[in-house]
Amino acid sequence: MSEANASATRITPGNALRPEDIALEVRTGLAKPTEDVAEYALRLGDDALILAQRLGHWISRAPELEEDIALGNIALDQLGHARSFLTYAGAGVPNQDGTAKTEDDLAYFRREHEFRSVQLFEQPNGDFAATIARQFVVSYYQYELYRRLTESTDATLAAIAAKAVKEVDYHRDHSAQWVLRLAGGTDESRKRMIHGLRTMWPYVAELFRDDELTERLAQAGAAVAPSTLKEDFDRLTAEVLNEAELEVPDVPAAPGGGREGKHSEYLGYILAEMQVLAREHPGASW
Amino acid sequence: MSESTAEPTGNTWGLWEVFVRSSRGLSHVHAGSLHAPDAAMALRNARDLYTRRNEGVSIWVVPADAIAASDPDSKGSFFESPQGKDYRHATYYTKSEGVKHL
Repeated sequence: MSEANASATRITPGNALRPEDIALEVRTGLAKPTEDVAEYALRLGDDALILAQRLGHWISRAPELEEDIALGNIALDQLGHARSFLTYAGAGVPNQDGTAKTEDDLAYFRREHEFRSVQLFEQPNGDFAATIARQFVVSYYQYELYRRLTESTDATLAAIAAKAVKEVDYHRDHSAQWVLRLAGGTDESRKRMIHGLRTMWPYVAELFRDDELTERLAQAGAAVAPSTLKEDFDRLTAEVLNEAELEVPDVPAAPGGGREGKHSEYLGYILAEMQVLAREHPGASW
Repeated sequence: MSESTAEPTGNTWGLWEVFVRSSRGLSHVHAGSLHAPDAAMALRNARDLYTRRNEGVSIWVVPADAIAASDPDSKGSFFESPQGKDYRHATYYTKSEGVKHL
């Protein structure tokens, strides 16, 4: 390429932590999660994986080309987080020959009740406003979570979180911008934004529930108790909702249970679509 | 005054031109254009479209119609006139004897 035709912009890959680096550390024994940490990584990985799959459905279907790319970028960020968390989780659930399970083993060859994602992440895309409502909740939650996880006593969790928190910070901004615009746009867009928030809000409570695992991990300093994120989440989401002249939806909480493998009717369909190729043609690559 | 191309019309978003600076010390360079409902979203869309591979440290967005462009058909009168005017280049001039630092 001649200098005159060279891209106006320069391309460098950067040096952030990649899933391949974690896989190498797992293989060489440098990274070895405790059983609890592996289970925790599985939870966060499943959250991100299911959301990535949901968001990927928008590609070619978003209202504008630019938004198509924005949602695709966010989906890929989430997929990247999922790959890192699942790769690390795989080190805690070895195969019979003692090798670690790979991210693909975990993504493609587990069944519905083995997924540990909370139910918010599998909720249907609905219209654009519903997807933005889900993104709004998810990104404000993930930001508070990852921000604290950067201090984890588990070095790999901390490193994954350090990369993810910057990306999720942008997801927060993206969703907040859209909440403001949809709420302040036309009567129709405002109506849809309110409906979207009401649809997603029952699944908010599950994000902040502690259980034995998170209590043990919080004690060890490896993770944070989900309940401790709620205050900041409530405050920061309320700021955006106030600016948009919206109210925090007053809706009863859904029963939840995703962390124990209890899912809404939607997850099975997501998995069927996500897993079919890998199951029909194990080991396929292209 | 004509309607701004950066204003959304009907169901279509306005057009914006994007300029990206790849690193400190360099100038912003035109990277392309995009559609956005307003300046804040134009910046975000530009970030998503034109800096996905670590290309930039700064972005400008400008409503496309805020840019006045030269007429491609008047290339001759606009850009060919300096041809042959060597005296506009420093190399045209010979250095006088005795000038040490030039």
